[in-house]
Amino acid sequence: MALLEIRDLQTHYGAIEALHGISLTVERGQIVTLIGCNGAGKSTTLRAISGLIPVTSGSILFDGKPLVGVAPHEIVKLGVAHAPEGRGIFANLTVDENLDLGSYLRRDRDGIARDRERVFELFPRIRERLRQNAGTLSGGEQQMLAIGRALMARPRLLLLDEPSLGLAPQVVQTIFRIIREINAAGTTILLVEQNAHMALQTAHFAYVLEVGEIVMQDEAKKLAESDEVRKAYLGVA
Amino acid sequence: MTKFLQTLMDGISIGSLYALIALGYTMVYGILRFINFAHSDIFVLGAWLSFSVALCAGWTASGAPLLFPTWLWTVLIVVSVLGPLLYVVERTALPALRSSLGPRVPHALAGGFVVTAAVWAWVLVGLVFLARATTASASFRPLTGVVILVIAMGGCGLAGYLIERLAYKPLRAAPRLNVLITAIGISLFLQNSGQLKFLFGTQPQKMPELMENKPLAVVAGVAINRVDVIGAGTAVALMFALEWLVFHTRLGRAMQAVSYNTRVASLMGIDVDRVISFTFVLGSALAAAAGFLFVMKLPGALRQPADTGWVLLGLKAFVAAVVGGIGNIRGAMLGGLFIGLLEYFGVAYLRPELRDVYVFVLLIIVLLVRPSGLLGKATVEKV
Ligand SMILES: Nc1ncnc2c1ncn2[C@@H]1O[C@H](COP(=O)(O)OP(=O)(O)OP(=O)(O)O)[C@@H](O)[C@H]1O
Ligand SMILES: [Mg+2]
Repeated sequence: MALLEIRDLQTHYGAIEALHGISLTVERGQIVTLIGCNGAGKSTTLRAISGLIPVTSGSILFDGKPLVGVAPHEIVKLGVAHAPEGRGIFANLTVDENLDLGSYLRRDRDGIARDRERVFELFPRIRERLRQNAGTLSGGEQQMLAIGRALMARPRLLLLDEPSLGLAPQVVQTIFRIIREINAAGTTILLVEQNAHMALQTAHFAYVLEVGEIVMQDEAKKLAESDEVRKAYLGVA
Repeated sequence: MTKFLQTLMDGISIGSLYALIALGYTMVYGILRFINFAHSDIFVLGAWLSFSVALCAGWTASGAPLLFPTWLWTVLIVVSVLGPLLYVVERTALPALRSSLGPRVPHALAGGFVVTAAVWAWVLVGLVFLARATTASASFRPLTGVVILVIAMGGCGLAGYLIERLAYKPLRAAPRLNVLITAIGISLFLQNSGQLKFLFGTQPQKMPELMENKPLAVVAGVAINRVDVIGAGTAVALMFALEWLVFHTRLGRAMQAVSYNTRVASLMGIDVDRVISFTFVLGSALAAAAGFLFVMKLPGALRQPADTGWVLLGLKAFVAAVVGGIGNIRGAMLGGLFIGLLEYFGVAYLRPELRDVYVFVLLIIVLLVRPSGLLGKATVEKV
């Protein structure tokens, strides 16, 4: 059984249908990416998984358990962490307190301490900024904090919404290297990206979303070589 | 000098009550971004509940405790039967119905909510009997005040819990104006139902003196009264407790997270609905404490529930929240004290008939010069 299975997912914002019945599968241990243009419905898909928006029809199964209709905090409890679009840093709290909130549901002190160390290894910058107000971090640092905070939940599935947005090329490289490291350590990742080039290099499997519909799906390497994707998303003539 | 000290003391003791009420306005605003207009009525409820419980405990002219009204027992029993019933149906029949009839069958029937309310109400009833016992015993009689304070806080906390759950929660996704109008509706409902004969009635009352109000000391000609010291001490203790709760506990961290960004808070695994409920309970309990302390200090000021004097007090507490920076907990405490002092010094040294004017002029000045309040700051968000 796959870790995440979405079947015929339909969602609405008011009267507007944002997803017209998409299906996708995330296999255990993989990085799966969802790429597409602005407004394609990538963030909407992640929001539906996390229970942030209502689902009109279709099903979402996480490890065999249905997620539709389950409250967001219960979904976190099941093992899904979501670093949302725009990072969602609590700017009224310190970096330290933000990290703490990531492990809000956990009680295992030792495990939490170990995971903090791991986050610091991945993002040394965060350790230096612990006492600082999170709102004063640079954009890249905020992104690192958002990913680190999501890891503090020790998720089985990590949802990342455009982790490379607005970052300098070098920082983007770092972030993607870390995404691979996180995955290598055993966390399954569903990665939403506009940077199709990096996403396809990093992921095992990829889906292309266009205005609420999945139009292509294949192994990431193969998609990266397909003419359509090269033209539309990789900017190769 | 005497006048100055006296004014200072009055200002601080009334100001700390404004602060307690302002905290409820500010906490709810901080989390839901709306002004809970029914909040000042919770303060009134706290005052009247203190009075009614005192009578039930035996602080009557004859010394015989007042009986519980029958309707109260009826409600208690109905709720106590209904709650477990709903709960059992939720657990047994609903999942089966859902799988056969599909997702239109609701997940829950609010069984947990009704059970919680019922248990809570029974605890309060138990506490009333405790108050009765302490009143009757010579050695524990001085403790009755504490028990009554706890009952008032618990009772208003329950009221806040019910109001949020029944009136505001269904409007979570509605435009803010709808919630605001609902709050005004709740406020009118509380004011008017409070006047019902089987609740508090339409007559002003006098709070029994739960403790002898003798001066503890005389400083520079000013008597420092026991009630004032205990009252201000309680208010300050509650504020310290709140400060600790919000800034040093897991639950407080969750409250801060929800107040900054509800959506992201839920992604951290925080049960947002529970945090909101808790915020209402907490704010209502603090307002109830203010109500209790108010009638302890001014036993003759227990005006009938819909009296405009109450509204004015609530309004000043609201001004305190705005002046301190709405949404800011420390701001509300500071604002309350500030408003209390301003009011009393204005009355003592300027013109007494302009008592209410000072407060509202301050509001206007703050809104013009520093609209985010003394401690409020405009939030900066990085994109
Ligand atoms: N809260 C909302 N209310 C109404 N419509 C919305 C809302 N959020 C998103 N939409 C619409 O739903 C569609 C999908 O939006 P979504 O945020 O999922 O896009 P996206 O693929 O994440 O785009 P981007 O790459 O720009 O982040 C868009 O047409 C958008 O306008
Ligand atoms: Mg998006």
